[in-house]
Amino acid sequence: MEKQTYSRRFFLSTSSMAAAAVALIPGNVKAFYKNVKKRFIPAKSVNTLSLTINQKQYTVQADTRTTLLDLLREQLQLTGSKKGCDHGQCGACTVHVNGERVLSCLTLAALVQNQPITTIEGLAEGDQLHPMQQAFIECDGFQCGYCTPGQIMSAVACVKEGHTHSVEEIKEFMSGNLCRCGAYNGIVESIQKVAAR
Amino acid sequence: MKPFTLRKPNDIKQALSGKKAGEAYIAGGTNLVDLMKKHIAEPDALLDVTTALSAGIETSSRGIRIGAMVRNSHIASHAAIQSQYPLLAKAILAGASPQIRNMASTAGNLLQRTRCPYFYDITLPCNKRKPGSGCGALEGENRMSAIVGYSEHCVAVHPSDMCVALAALDASVVVSGSGGKSESIPFASFHRLPGTTPEIDNNLPVNALITAVEIPANAFHKHYAYLKVRDRTSYAFALVSVAAALQLSGTKITAARLASGGVAHKPWRWHEAEKFLQGKEATAANFSQAAAIAARSTKPLSHNGYKVTMLQGAIETALHNCLNA
Amino acid sequence: MKTTPAVGTPLSRIEGKQKVTGTARYAADYNVPGLLHGYVVNSPITKGRIVQVDTIPALAVEGVVEVLTHKNRPGLAWFDLQYTDMDAPPGTVFKPLHNADILYNGQPVALVVATSFETARYAATLIRFVWEEEPFDTCLQNHPEKARPAKKGFATALRPPPPKPTGNFEAAFANAAFTVDADYRHSTEHHNPIELFATTTIYEGNGKLTIYDKTQGTINNQLFVANVFGLHYKNVQVLAPFVGGAFGSGLRPQYQLFLCVMAALHLKRNVRVVLDRKQMFSLGHRPQSLQNLRFGADATGKLTAMSHLAVSETSQFEDYTEQVVAWSHKLYPAPNTLFDFKVVPLHLNTPIDMRAPGGCTGMHAIECAMDELAYRIGIDPLQLRLLNYSETDPSTGKPFTSKALKTCYLRAATQFDWFKRDGRPGVTTRGNKLVGYGMATGIWDAYQFPARVEAIITAEGKLVVHNATTDIGTGTLTVMTQIAADAMGLPVAAVTFEYGDSKKPFSMFQGGSAITASTGSAIMVTAEVLKKKLLKKAQSIPNSPLKNAGMEEVIFTNGTIRLRQTPRQAVSFKQIIAANNGKPIKTTRMGMPHAIKLRKYTKATHSACFVEVEVDKDLKTITVTRAITAVAAGKIINPKTARSQISGSMVWGISKALHEETILDEHLGKYINTNLGEYHIPVHADINTLEVIFAEEEDTLINELGSKGVGEIGLVAMPAAIANAVFHATGKRVNKLPIHFDELL
Repeated sequence: MEKQTYSRRFFLSTSSMAAAAVALIPGNVKAFYKNVKKRFIPAKSVNTLSLTINQKQYTVQADTRTTLLDLLREQLQLTGSKKGCDHGQCGACTVHVNGERVLSCLTLAALVQNQPITTIEGLAEGDQLHPMQQAFIECDGFQCGYCTPGQIMSAVACVKEGHTHSVEEIKEFMSGNLCRCGAYNGIVESIQKVAAR
Repeated sequence: MKPFTLRKPNDIKQALSGKKAGEAYIAGGTNLVDLMKKHIAEPDALLDVTTALSAGIETSSRGIRIGAMVRNSHIASHAAIQSQYPLLAKAILAGASPQIRNMASTAGNLLQRTRCPYFYDITLPCNKRKPGSGCGALEGENRMSAIVGYSEHCVAVHPSDMCVALAALDASVVVSGSGGKSESIPFASFHRLPGTTPEIDNNLPVNALITAVEIPANAFHKHYAYLKVRDRTSYAFALVSVAAALQLSGTKITAARLASGGVAHKPWRWHEAEKFLQGKEATAANFSQAAAIAARSTKPLSHNGYKVTMLQGAIETALHNCLNA
Repeated sequence: MKTTPAVGTPLSRIEGKQKVTGTARYAADYNVPGLLHGYVVNSPITKGRIVQVDTIPALAVEGVVEVLTHKNRPGLAWFDLQYTDMDAPPGTVFKPLHNADILYNGQPVALVVATSFETARYAATLIRFVWEEEPFDTCLQNHPEKARPAKKGFATALRPPPPKPTGNFEAAFANAAFTVDADYRHSTEHHNPIELFATTTIYEGNGKLTIYDKTQGTINNQLFVANVFGLHYKNVQVLAPFVGGAFGSGLRPQYQLFLCVMAALHLKRNVRVVLDRKQMFSLGHRPQSLQNLRFGADATGKLTAMSHLAVSETSQFEDYTEQVVAWSHKLYPAPNTLFDFKVVPLHLNTPIDMRAPGGCTGMHAIECAMDELAYRIGIDPLQLRLLNYSETDPSTGKPFTSKALKTCYLRAATQFDWFKRDGRPGVTTRGNKLVGYGMATGIWDAYQFPARVEAIITAEGKLVVHNATTDIGTGTLTVMTQIAADAMGLPVAAVTFEYGDSKKPFSMFQGGSAITASTGSAIMVTAEVLKKKLLKKAQSIPNSPLKNAGMEEVIFTNGTIRLRQTPRQAVSFKQIIAANNGKPIKTTRMGMPHAIKLRKYTKATHSACFVEVEVDKDLKTITVTRAITAVAAGKIINPKTARSQISGSMVWGISKALHEETILDEHLGKYINTNLGEYHIPVHADINTLEVIFAEEEDTLINELGSKGVGEIGLVAMPAAIANAVFHATGKRVNKLPIHFDELL
């Protein structure tokens, strides 16, 4: 009970501040904000970015806040990389930058200019699926398919890094990619299959 | 995220002279971008220091120097680190995920902020994020919180694994200040305890930049262990972690290092336990005694009493693992 | 040449290529011109009201188009009935932005609409609210006195109230030779599919909307949108061709759909609303629950008395219920029983079905109590189950349509080497680990809903089948294609199953492990009619070799109708369509459960689960090193996808037993680990090999397919098997889920 009053105090403090702020606003509030918004509300900053994605050159205008994930999905129509948490906790957005797997949701697009980027869309060669993609289909390494692009990008990197000496090692080095459907057995099987080639 | 402008200084000098109040450096971004999305960090501008800072590792007879921009995974896979400072590699590989380790920088790892849930949600009270708003964890859900070195203002723990190894290995943090002057801060005095100002995580001077981390040459590469106990087998922050390293002469311990993560606001060294081990036989009884000495100095909160028992078990196991390393 | 049957073969998922190449498009993957992005603002208080809201600073942000709150939202159909969806529990449905009242923490209170997601998210921080907070109560165990029976209503049909008592429980329990009396506690869980809830609404003009939504029921959401916004249902199309997992969270229309459609209609623009991960914890959850079990047995181990009492949380506005207590009496015959289920209304959102709702809650307690009883009696836990095995449903005396549970027990036990275990707790070791073996039983209802299917033979002689169901990762597309192929005598490659679209013929939401039986049976029924139609047309062809042949005299194979006796005499589907002037031949039929016939039977799937755990002697960390689940679910249409369903839900079982829980700070009335870093679902490293056995089970009664669902059954037995294995390893019974290993310290 004591804690409830404590929590109310916490909200009250923010509330009273907000109330004070509201009280300060003159009658014609809209005009007021228009006049002074430059002081209060920073404008977005837009830059021209040059990116190399799946061996293709892109030049785009982007807000500095744009993550690589949002740039791919919203501006370049490369929606294969998925947003599962947006905070680096699920791995669904995994792509390769400079040949290494990274999380595109925590990567500001402006910071990876002119570095080779590969997404799930760049893995297959034309109609020829990457062996990892083929293995995922054969081993049923997915169910809903949402985490799959991230799992596959991670799996390809896992093999390339050489972290496939044992099932234990594969699992440890794939643990940054969550699968809520629980297709873990099929994914590990897929990786073993490709690593054995 | 609040809108921000972006600049890219070419070198450390430019990086130091160009930064104004309310601006932040960005390297790997794994923590900062996350905090910005949560509106916990709202810098007016970001200074991209990915090329200004060194991404090189230099070895000498005196030790090893790791550039501030070296990615965590590159440290872990570096031949000299693996042969001479394997405890560090082991600790790094126990943290985060391969993707995050490929992104995260050395300096950024040192500067990452706590994962205390009350800190990470702007609608909850937290003195570290919003001084004066109270510590939600103190009387709240504190299963993950500190058992040593905390204050009534903050019971958060430092989330890094890498730093636990660096603390154990007596590393130092090389810092460049605005005057261009370089100074070296011993690792033990780099991170702070919360006291009455939990909003300040460390003693990095204002307008200074971490440029490197140095580890003095040591002989802890034979008998070492990093043990991390967590709620799932991988990709979770530590409930308790232990970095242990021994130097042995036969079965006699000539030097011991013990540090922990998940227990305090900073990577925690168990100096008393280390002192006890010095000169003793490497036996289960002595390991157990050392663990008990460490546990004695802790004071758990309402929901984390288990951490004390866990810590003891972890120290014993880690010391035991040192013999098999 | 005969078509090889597709049913029963491990066909790889038909949509596999799209899923592995990133071309499968989910609700947030549709980029349309002029798309606006909505970001939801949620209440940080738990109970009270909004006193004041100032949206002007947010509106001043460049790129912000509109901020909708309870103050300025468009007028809507504010009758409760019109908000009620197919799965709404009894009560008053929650209406987003309806008024200033705050009913639970995380309740949506505003929508910011802007030209980019980032702009909307930032502007949301600039809205100033003044809150008035009232005292609240979010703690289940502090208020047992508030427990009351749940109200009954429309959705209660699938979750009847607790069964009536039989015999005299108290007397029988008092006289039992062996008894167990145990309390069980479960924490809150959230579904957390990896796909964030999202809706993309395309504003077509003239009151028409095309909506890409994350849902388990396209028609459910279509009707919801039409009712709430006063649109003609034909003008609302809800599409969900790919759904990134849902596990029950998509059974009801979620608030992002409401807010997205409202903004699109209000602004006459295309709008997308995607929730963030924290908001995913505001959508409904598996409720906290408390259970008490008292089981009594006679000297031979036969159960004489069973009592199962459960209390579960619900919201202040709806009475969500689950089938928690009805299971033991469907498994074990006991003459004296007592069952009760009550709810405690708290200041939290209404719970919503989450994979094996009620079943995995109740069966955890039941099967742990059975394990404890076996140890009291001093017999093997499996032997106790076999001693109390019933071929008929003990609660009703009715026979099962089929029940191969005994096969499950024996096959799984044999494969597991169960009989070699040393039954004494805490004595089996492997290096520095304590080893424990545990087992448990699973049971789940075999549901079937009405479903409507359209089947078309095209000019190319191919089959197209339509139904509104979704495929949430279950393999529905693949399985339906197999069923349809066999039903019409076509190879799989000649069949297209079109789904995930509210414009297609009726399907209930995809839940309760019912879709294979529902849509699958409807396909069987429709195919029969279509085949007759084709034969009739074939016979009308001049000099038709099939003239005068009855249905029983022909076979449908490889796209042709042949005489059974003289198979060379045949007419192909192509020829039939050509004779129909090239026009496709189609038919639409309803598949219905055989309600009257099946009233005399109990329908259920069963499972048996055997688990090995290792517990570190010093650190007490628990690892499920081995697990086998044997399932009896009638005919398995596709062993590959069915296996994945079962092993996937075994992962859920591990998660429920050892990892996942939403932590509620009861002082603040809110969940605090609302992210995937702190809400622990298993990662790769937590999961070892999971073995699945399908027990042969022939069921000629249940439906046209002889098949029961496998979406839930794999989860039901697993948590108890793990808890029992932990007991066997350590000698400690932890009756609270999840089991924190630190409780073993």
